[in-house]
Amino acid sequence: MTIEDIREILGAEYVVGEEWKDREVHTACGSDMMSDVLAFMKDQSVLLTGLCNLQVIRTCEMMDIICIVFVRGKLPDEGMIEMAKEKEIAILTSGHRMFSACGMLYEKGLRGGPDYK
Amino acid sequence: MNNDTIVMSYVVPADDFTRAGEASSNVKGKLKKMGVPPEIVRKVAIAMYEGEINMVIHATGGTIDVTVSPEEILMVLKDQGPGIENIDLAMQAGYSTAPDNIRSLGFGAGMGLPNMKRYTDEMEIESKLGVGTTVTMKVKMV
Ligand SMILES: Nc1ncnc2c1ncn2[C@@H]1O[C@H](COP(=O)(O)OP(=O)(O)OP(=O)(O)O)[C@@H](O)[C@H]1O
Ligand SMILES: [Mg+2]
Repeated sequence: MTIEDIREILGAEYVVGEEWKDREVHTACGSDMMSDVLAFMKDQSVLLTGLCNLQVIRTCEMMDIICIVFVRGKLPDEGMIEMAKEKEIAILTSGHRMFSACGMLYEKGLRGGPDYK
Repeated sequence: MNNDTIVMSYVVPADDFTRAGEASSNVKGKLKKMGVPPEIVRKVAIAMYEGEINMVIHATGGTIDVTVSPEEILMVLKDQGPGIENIDLAMQAGYSTAPDNIRSLGFGAGMGLPNMKRYTDEMEIESKLGVGTTVTMKVKMV
């Protein structure tokens, strides 16, 4: 699915990166712990998180994650927005809670990648 | 990529969680420009970032030296923090001494050191209580 599909499924809004809406997303990861996210190496992923600080953007930069969905209506600050633009990471914000947002995307066929070994 | 060896050195400031990761970001950008394959750039970036964050949250900042040669990328992260009492224990997935305020910032899952080991070809930790910690990691170019 694309970033735009994710936006539509979650009824989310673009904060950054509407111009990248047609980029393909292959896998997803949902976590509030950044080292959990960093344990997961997959191409063209989306991160769903309720954590909202600059290290979320940094983590995605290191991982080449192309889209972040902030759940529970979290909104990034100016510094985060600037960094996301610079690193070409799209940001969406959704009012759904983590479990619901992940479930909605899973239902539409998005998967989380292999088990942690 | 040419055959030269390139050294990049960074000072990681203490107590500045917002700036943690700047060195790793800079290295990532430079490796990409040098034409290092994306998978290798990502492994180096993740491993170095975990180490850089550890220097900020568990120690008092420190220094990072990255040496890029045609064969490998060598990272040496040195701090003068409290040191690690039991390295085997620290290496276990899930082991963390991070306090709640660090956890609320998204760190302290006890996954950093195991991630660093997973993403690198060689990793060594030297640590002395009250003196500091040096983490050496290598990622092979092929
Ligand atoms: N540079 C360091 N100086 C002192 N202690 C350290 C250092 N790096 C790691 N440690 C110790 O090793 C433990 C495990 O480190 P690790 O990076 O695996 O987990 P964490 O940093 O606690 O959590 P996470 O990395 O998942 O955010 C830490 O909680 C800390 O006690
Ligand atoms: Mg850590």
